[in-house]
Amino acid sequence: MTELTTTQAAPRPSLLREIRRYALFALLALMVIGFWYVQPAFIRSANLFSILQAVSVVAILGVGVSITMAADGFDLSVGSVAASSVMAASYAMVVWQMDAAETMALVLLMGALIGLANGLLIVRVGVPDLLATLATMFLLTGLQLIPTGGRSITAGMVLPDGSTVPGTFDPAFLILGRSRLLDLVPLSVVAMALVALVAWFLMERTRWGRVFYAIGGNETAAHLSGAPTKAYRLSAYVISGTLASLGGLIVASRVGRGDVSAGNSLLLDAVAASLIGYAVLDKRRPHVIGTVVGAIFVGVLLNGLTMLNAPYYTQDFVKGVVLVGALAATFGLGKKR
Amino acid sequence: MRGDKRHPPPHPTQPTSRSQRTLPQAASAIAVSVAGIEKSFGPTRALAGADLAVASGEVVALMGANGAGKSTLVKILSGSHTPDAGTITLDGKAITFASPSAAKAAGIATVHQATDQAGAAGLTVAENLALDELCSPGGRFLVSNRSIRKRAREIAALIDLDLPLDRDFVDLRPAERQLIAIARAVAASASLLILDEPTSSLSATEAERLFAVVRRLRDSGMAVLYISHRLGDLAAIADRAVVMRGGRIVGAFARPIDFPAAVAAMIGRPLEAATHRGEASTAPVVLSVKGARLVAGAAPFDLELRSGEVVAITGTLGSGKSRLLRALFGLATLAEGTFGLDGKPWLSSGPGQSIENGVFMVAEDRWQSSLLPPEVPGASIAGTIALPHLKRWFPGGLLRTKRERKVAAEAIARLGIKARGPDDTLDELSGGNQQKVVLARWQAAPCRLLLLDEPFQGVDVGARADLIAAIRGSQSGSATLIATSDTEEALEVADRILVMRNHSLHAAEDGHGPLSDRIDRVEGEETAGDPR
Repeated sequence: MTELTTTQAAPRPSLLREIRRYALFALLALMVIGFWYVQPAFIRSANLFSILQAVSVVAILGVGVSITMAADGFDLSVGSVAASSVMAASYAMVVWQMDAAETMALVLLMGALIGLANGLLIVRVGVPDLLATLATMFLLTGLQLIPTGGRSITAGMVLPDGSTVPGTFDPAFLILGRSRLLDLVPLSVVAMALVALVAWFLMERTRWGRVFYAIGGNETAAHLSGAPTKAYRLSAYVISGTLASLGGLIVASRVGRGDVSAGNSLLLDAVAASLIGYAVLDKRRPHVIGTVVGAIFVGVLLNGLTMLNAPYYTQDFVKGVVLVGALAATFGLGKKR
Repeated sequence: MRGDKRHPPPHPTQPTSRSQRTLPQAASAIAVSVAGIEKSFGPTRALAGADLAVASGEVVALMGANGAGKSTLVKILSGSHTPDAGTITLDGKAITFASPSAAKAAGIATVHQATDQAGAAGLTVAENLALDELCSPGGRFLVSNRSIRKRAREIAALIDLDLPLDRDFVDLRPAERQLIAIARAVAASASLLILDEPTSSLSATEAERLFAVVRRLRDSGMAVLYISHRLGDLAAIADRAVVMRGGRIVGAFARPIDFPAAVAAMIGRPLEAATHRGEASTAPVVLSVKGARLVAGAAPFDLELRSGEVVAITGTLGSGKSRLLRALFGLATLAEGTFGLDGKPWLSSGPGQSIENGVFMVAEDRWQSSLLPPEVPGASIAGTIALPHLKRWFPGGLLRTKRERKVAAEAIARLGIKARGPDDTLDELSGGNQQKVVLARWQAAPCRLLLLDEPFQGVDVGARADLIAAIRGSQSGSATLIATSDTEEALEVADRILVMRNHSLHAAEDGHGPLSDRIDRVEGEETAGDPR
């Protein structure tokens, strides 16, 4: 018999908890209804799918970021990996005259290798994750400008050595960004849904996901439980890099040219989506569903505000407000369960 | 120096029938007293109405098993925690402390077990001695090195401390850091000095020097509250022993202190009855260690553990207990020597390989080494138990929570874990129940060698008895090796006890003879000789 009295914990204040769990969904529904009321065109399926199409790249990058965050890391290089992938895909087709399949394989491989380099820098060399991926970000941002002398890549452009490029974008490549499934769902949205589904399954339903989170929660405990923690952390960056290059492929196939400024806001948007995701279902941790919902949340808000003629330059401010609110709600309210 | 006993034997060996003496009225004025102190942390009630008085010029030993509430009481007295109920009276005035500095200002000085917090690294001995004045808000704006050294010399003289004033604090040995902390307490003219496990990292000669300082402070009228596991220390220094259990004071013993009775009060039953007689086992050898040197230059040692045997290793902080366990688990390497497991050579490359081969380790400090924060998936009782076994239980990768919840439900029933169910997160459980979950994790798979490092840290005596029953009751034919710095814990759990000293293993006792002799043999072996 123990003499320390263990009192049964009181049942959780379930109403408050339920409210917090679904708060972001409720806000999302409120927003949709509000924008619909003010601007009936908002609810048209074409507009809704254009919102999803607009957020698909951010959501895919965000899933990668949230997987690295689950393993207590951080990938600041996703934006620049996506931007370099845009340039690499364009260069491969326009200069090297590769076809769509070869280009995609090359770019995804490049993303995985950059992720591997990030991971080795962090796990093997021991550079802190933020610094390592920040360095990679700078490296890639500069590197992508060198082959073309800082110019965007289009068919018929003139290279720095004075020659004219021989190739063009493979029409098959443009299908990914420009065509729709059943004439309704953009393929990029399908890609986002697939990525989200696979990543959700991996992170929430398999032992590998459990170990990713265990490493993020307590790396020593995971290590002493026999998990190869370094391999897991490395693979998180490889996944993140690969997903970022997939995002880049979608951008390139939608734009149809290698635009040097393509990836400008992707990093911050992806990180914001992951962080807003903390509040979704009151998980207080990075998770796949939350990241996707976070990206959609921001997308709906921006689309609605644009329809209401809010100026373009207010967008970053609005994102900031949402992020601060979501984080404060996650960490501040009811810290003690 | 070896075999040189520094303490008189604790007490005549007659097992007295729990002769709890009444508290003698202290001759001089009560310096500090606490009454009806209560404190709860979540579901755990750490203090349930503790009363304690220490007189000026008296050394009171506060005894208690892990989780009895000693450290909570110390933290309340030193201002780190505020009590839920009860009063603290210092020099006749009722007081409350808002912070550690308030307690210090009121005259209560605490020397903590972790001596790295006794001063600031990067500062010299002189600067550390004068630190209180350097940090005080009303202190002088400009200080010269000369004035610091002058003040430091004055403070050092108070306890005859003879240390080079220019040495950096980080280069000091634990004993020297402790003396700096005591000197600062004396300089602040504290009326109560609390020493928390002060000898846990000291050699015999260092401990003797500490005792001399404490005796002098006592004779000059300071009240001293001395917390220790080591009965030998208490015999040497304590005027009175107060025993805590379950957050209350359950016994007080005047000099000469009847240690078997005090220990019985500590664990709630006679220790004799709780100990195990080591039988000469003929079971097959599970673990053999041959010619092992833990670090270069240490004496080599051999060790054999047989199937079903539970062996405890005691020893002071930093003596190498954890290192041996870590080497067996593949986290450290031997300087020399070999391990054998079930007759085959054993050299682990790391936790993964160890776990596959049935060598399991429960590391020290469960929150740091074993448990996950509550927001992480798999932080429930079920997930915590399953973590090392995921690969074997779910080879396809797909989690089936039914399986891990079933194992958890069995563990909850078998170990008497107080929880609502397998989905409770660990932060909702008391320390003893958390440790039961950690033990259940490693009993959820077939085991050959179970390594437990300080398994009873922050565990109350009731849960400790449950844990011991679970450790000893496991019928899998495995061997168990336990590292603990607590002699009574070792006596309670083990068939025989070995002592680690200077990174080398010494056979202390084999479970025979009267209890107080066994305690004496273990503690004598622990402090024999001098490190270095």
